[in-house]
Amino acid sequence: MRLLTHNMLACNIKGVTKGYPLKIEATKTEEKETDFNAGFLRHIYPKLDWKALREAAASLGLEELPEQVEPSQLEDEDFLRRFHHVLLEIHLEEGALVCPETGRRFPVSKGIPNMLLNEDEV
Amino acid sequence: MATRPEQLAPPEVFYNDTEARKYTTSSRMVEIQANLTERALELLNLPEDGEPKLLLDLGCGSGLSGESLTECGHHWLGMDISEAMLDVACEREVEGDVMLSDIGQGLPLRTGVFDGAISISAIQWLCNADKTANDPRQRLKAFFQTLYRSLARGARAVLQFYPDGPKQVEMISSAAMRVGFSGGLVVDFPHSTRAKKYFLVLMAGPPSVNSTLPKAKGVDGGSESNEDDVSEDDEGATVEFADRQRHAKRRRKDGKRGKGRSWILNKKRQQREKGVEVPADTKYTGRKRKARF
Repeated sequence: MRLLTHNMLACNIKGVTKGYPLKIEATKTEEKETDFNAGFLRHIYPKLDWKALREAAASLGLEELPEQVEPSQLEDEDFLRRFHHVLLEIHLEEGALVCPETGRRFPVSKGIPNMLLNEDEV
Repeated sequence: MATRPEQLAPPEVFYNDTEARKYTTSSRMVEIQANLTERALELLNLPEDGEPKLLLDLGCGSGLSGESLTECGHHWLGMDISEAMLDVACEREVEGDVMLSDIGQGLPLRTGVFDGAISISAIQWLCNADKTANDPRQRLKAFFQTLYRSLARGARAVLQFYPDGPKQVEMISSAAMRVGFSGGLVVDFPHSTRAKKYFLVLMAGPPSVNSTLPKAKGVDGGSESNEDDVSEDDEGATVEFADRQRHAKRRRKDGKRGKGRSWILNKKRQQREKGVEVPADTKYTGRKRKARF
């Protein structure tokens, strides 16, 4: 699971209002190279929750992303490469995602997060 | 008629290791899935600015449909309820991310982030009540509500499915309309039994200029090979409710007047000609009994 996906995931247990962002407990991460596409990064940037991405990157011990992004930085290739690396090339393989409100753990194994809810959580 | 897999077992049980492998190695399945995905992408009508989009693949299975999305350069997030299918997807090293999730429980996603959603041969499974806790209507509602939320304004969702009858079509599409989607059903090749495909094309957000429903394929010619034959589809323009109304009308007519004396005389004559013994025609034939009888 990439951080792009993590950025989109929220806890949907019934009654939870602040189920975002999910905390990452990582036991194994992997790096897989993917094609760099500046257009996609510029397109996806406004939809991302930047704070959540920064926190996720920090919790995985990756190099730090700036607190705020200036529009000019989205034209800067160097920055975009770093952005691309964090967003699309780091895969969480084993670990868990934890709901910030209820503390419910969603296990991640072989890169697949298990978001199934129990019957009493629907 | 072949049995429908939906009637055999719940999806997470039906798609076990063997079934998942069978599904993915069958070249026929691969081709069908690829074609359906291509058509779904076409109906999705993404803006043609050449930029990759972020799409959702609901019921992604082993990632056959996702592969077509990758080929078009899009990033995607897949969901499926069958672990075995997802394992196969991982082995095949699909480009998108996959996750184990029951779409009938609602999608665990943030609001307004996806540029579109596709689903190939999956949502008919939502109509099953495999467990006592499963109410199809509730599940459909949860699914469409969260889907609507997760889509960006003006984004579309194209859901291809295999309904087991007009009732199911109506149940699914009315559930979608109730949560605020506009759009409707596009039926490709409606005159063919095998090539007939149902696509529910849904639009999130207020209606806009480009929110007209796309045209269905192969409506007039009806030939399976002639895929270029695109024409106006009357049935596809709105969600089908016509069936229900027709039944109601017929019932009303029956109750009021019955078939009539001339119809009965004609039937009796036909039977007599066939050599069946039929009571003679009298002044009482076809007369209504008095209430006191």
